[in-house]
Amino acid sequence: MRGAAEAAARIGAALGQRVVVLLIVAVAVFALLEVAKGDAVDAYLAQTGGGDAGYAETLRQSFGLAGTVPDRLFTYLGRLVRLDLGTSVAFGRPVTQVLAERLPITLILMGSALLITSVVGTILGIVASRRPGGVVDTLVITVALVLNATPGFLVALVGLLVFAVMLRWLPVGGIGTIGRAEGSPALDMVRHLVLPVSTLALTYLALYVRVTRAAMIEMAGADMVRTARAKGLGGRRLLLRHELRPALMPIVTLIGVQGSAMLGGSVVVETVFAVPGYGSLAAMAVAQRDTLLLAGVVLSGAVLVVAVNALVDILYGVIDPRVRLAGAAGRG
Amino acid sequence: MRVASLIGGGLVCLVVLVAVFASQIAPGDPAAMVARPMLPLFSPGHLFGTDQFGRDVLAGVVHGARISLLVGVAAALATLGLGTAVGLAAGFLGGFADAVAMRVTEAFQTVPTFLLALALCGVMGASLTTIVVAIAIASWPLSARLVRGEVLRLRTLEYVDAARMAGLRPLSIALTVVMPGALVPVAALFGVTVGEAILVESALSFLGLGDPNVFSWGAMVANGRTLMRTAPAVALLPGMAIAVTVLGISLLGDRFATRQRPS
Repeated sequence: MRGAAEAAARIGAALGQRVVVLLIVAVAVFALLEVAKGDAVDAYLAQTGGGDAGYAETLRQSFGLAGTVPDRLFTYLGRLVRLDLGTSVAFGRPVTQVLAERLPITLILMGSALLITSVVGTILGIVASRRPGGVVDTLVITVALVLNATPGFLVALVGLLVFAVMLRWLPVGGIGTIGRAEGSPALDMVRHLVLPVSTLALTYLALYVRVTRAAMIEMAGADMVRTARAKGLGGRRLLLRHELRPALMPIVTLIGVQGSAMLGGSVVVETVFAVPGYGSLAAMAVAQRDTLLLAGVVLSGAVLVVAVNALVDILYGVIDPRVRLAGAAGRG
Repeated sequence: MRVASLIGGGLVCLVVLVAVFASQIAPGDPAAMVARPMLPLFSPGHLFGTDQFGRDVLAGVVHGARISLLVGVAAALATLGLGTAVGLAAGFLGGFADAVAMRVTEAFQTVPTFLLALALCGVMGASLTTIVVAIAIASWPLSARLVRGEVLRLRTLEYVDAARMAGLRPLSIALTVVMPGALVPVAALFGVTVGEAILVESALSFLGLGDPNVFSWGAMVANGRTLMRTAPAVALLPGMAIAVTVLGISLLGDRFATRQRPS
């Protein structure tokens, strides 16, 4: 019971720090909105057919866009607390509503891509680490380096050309076939997501391979592994329990970093494959000069990254009992 | 890994030479119509063929090297400069200033780099300068953390105590005694940062947010995208140019990283 209370206290402290970080992000996004020429009233007037300066001023008063910069900042933050991100000019609907609609597809896309890169990257890293400098190692590293250097849109276009245009195995874009019921809708969506997910997974594979490989090579020379080997342990048990488990820490840390990077990479990938997630929404917001929508995507992107990092922190405790003990000792 | 750095060095030399002698290799404006549209690969006089507007693809690829290298190096210098400044300030001032700087760094790391660069470009408008500024604002946190950590470590070393004892003022200790040491890990980051900046610029151009007045690789891929079925080379060649450049830089950068890390 005591452990649970301490864990709660620890999570609470971590949560407080995350709230501070998100607050800074919100202030930065506010600065971004201030830098953007024209505000929501300009956008509204342009859409509805215009109005004179007096009318614009009245509207600004009612929207909380008048007054000094600190005034506007507090109005803005106050709205954020109430989850009011303003109205999207491009959609003519509240930004929160547009974001909520696209959240599931973003989560599915990012979640599957993260899962695939971390699992495949870890396996490839382990395979490469068995014989550093060997043929397999060189091959894996080369492929990872080339993929790392290739822009996401090129991987996407080549995938599109080979698997959708030439072989016709997979659809070219979107997330569902319209009007044609071929198999279950879920299977249809999976077929549509194969290319975008694998593009994202491939472009971010390199870092995983590299970190896993380095951690495994280091562990292979560690005292505890040598002791285990001296005790007569070998094979899979040695690899998984004694070498991989401690090596998992840096691998798990990467999930947070990669989640953020992938969210950025998804802008291009979702645009190429016409996937209606946060990435294509960001590109669209920029193209349509929909600043409030853009601000909404940046803010919710930051929230997603914070959430992924919170998950990573929980995973730390699962993998390494010392993290839990250190947390308890620090507070006890 | 010696072979890797040799290959990397070769690729980087190739791209730099192409960028320097772009006007000699492919004279004239790469955006000008010079031949019949849609010439195939290996056409006489147009090795890489032409696009749908009769523009020579080879000329575009060759001149694009200038833009990519220029943006990559400028953005990397700006990124590392900003990061170093924040890291030095945080490491030296310590206390409240350090805490604030670190929270701000975390906040900037929380927003995905490309998303922030995209948003900044969207707000500031597209030009080579805004792209460089956007990349720097979006990518400085890593170097700031690195420099801060290094400053905190170096501050405890004896030669810094010696400098203090010798009567040097804090500012000159910061600039002449600690900073050179703290810059070593930043120098190792240079290659990777150039490579990432080139990738970010190409993705921005691909999305149509690049400088409309220059002919960059990303914009060429975006233009060739519509021709993927009939003439994939128009999009794939500039795309491969990006990959080759970034690969060369990362292979070479790795070499510097491993050399400078004392083992």
